[in-house]
Amino acid sequence: MSGHVAPIRLYITIFGSLMVFTAITVAVAFVNLGALNFPVALSIAIVKATLVVLFFMHLKYSSRLTKLVCGSAFFFLFVLFGLTMSDYLSRGWFTAPNGTTSAGSLVNIGPPPPPAPEAAAPAEASPAPAH
Amino acid sequence: MLGMWVFLVTEVMFFGGLLTAYLVYRVWYPVAWAEGSLELDILMGGFNTVVLIGSSLTMALAVRSAQTGAPKATVRWLILTILLGLTFLVVKFFEYKHKWDLNHIPGPNFEFEGPHAPQVQIFISLYFGLTGLHALHMIIGCGILGVITWMAHKRKFSPEWSTPVELSGLYWHFVDIVWIFLFPLLYLVDRAHQAG
Repeated sequence: MSGHVAPIRLYITIFGSLMVFTAITVAVAFVNLGALNFPVALSIAIVKATLVVLFFMHLKYSSRLTKLVCGSAFFFLFVLFGLTMSDYLSRGWFTAPNGTTSAGSLVNIGPPPPPAPEAAAPAEASPAPAH
Repeated sequence: MLGMWVFLVTEVMFFGGLLTAYLVYRVWYPVAWAEGSLELDILMGGFNTVVLIGSSLTMALAVRSAQTGAPKATVRWLILTILLGLTFLVVKFFEYKHKWDLNHIPGPNFEFEGPHAPQVQIFISLYFGLTGLHALHMIIGCGILGVITWMAHKRKFSPEWSTPVELSGLYWHFVDIVWIFLFPLLYLVDRAHQAG
C-alpha cells in the first residue's frame, strides 16, 4: 500500500510555519499576560500539533476511519482533562448551609509552619504506643 | 496503518495521565510552578524544539522518498533524522546533568532555596517523568529508524510497499507532538508570572 505523496514545497512550508509558531510561543512566554499565558501557549501548541498531524502524518489525505481514530484520542483526552479539572477547579464554589467547603478548596502554598521543638521533642522521646 | 494510529491513541492516554497530574498540581501550587519553570534552560529547550521539528521534516521527506522509489534519498533522510534525534538526546543529557550538579534530582538529596521547595520538587519530579518518558520514546524511535534505514539500504521498499517507513514516520511525528506540548508546559507558561 502506498500513501499520499505530497510536494516537497508543502513540507518545507509546514516546517517554516512550525518554526514561526515556536518563535511566537517563546516570545510570548516573556510577556506577563496574567491568566492568559496558559491558554495562549496551549493554543499555539494545539495549532502546531494540528499542522504536524494533518500534513506530516498525512491525516488530511487519510480515510475517514483513520480520522475518527485520531479524533477519538483527543476526545478521550478532553474527557480526562475536562472531568478532572471540572472537579478540582470548582471546589469551594459552593458551601452547604452550616457546612464546610469541601477538601482542597483552600490551598496554602505559604511556608510550612515553624517546628515546635518543645512539643515535638517529648513526642519523639516517648515510646510509640502502637507497638 | 490503522493499527499504528490505534497504538498512538493509547500513547496519547499514556502521556495524558501524567499531564493530568501536571494540571492538578499546577492549580494547587502555581507559585512553585513558576519557580520550577525558571530552573529550566529555555535556550536548550528551544534548541531541542527546533531540532525535533527539523527531524520531523527529514522524516516526512524520508517517507516521501520511499513512496516515490528513491532508496538512496530514503537512507540519507533517515540517517539525518536519527542524527537529529541523537542531538536531541545529547542536549537532554546535559540538561539532566545540570540538574544533577545542582542537586535538583527529586529524592533525599533534593536541595532548593526558598519556601516552596517541597512543591518545586513535585514540579521537577513531573519534569523528569514527562521528559524521561519522552526521551525513552526517542531512544526506541532511534532504534526503530536504525532498522528501517538498514531495510531501505537493502532496497526492501518500493512505491508499491513502503509501509514500515510510513509507520515509523507516524511514530516519530507523534513523539514530536508530545514535545510540542511539553516544551511550553514545562519551560514557558509560568515564566512571566515569576518575573512580574
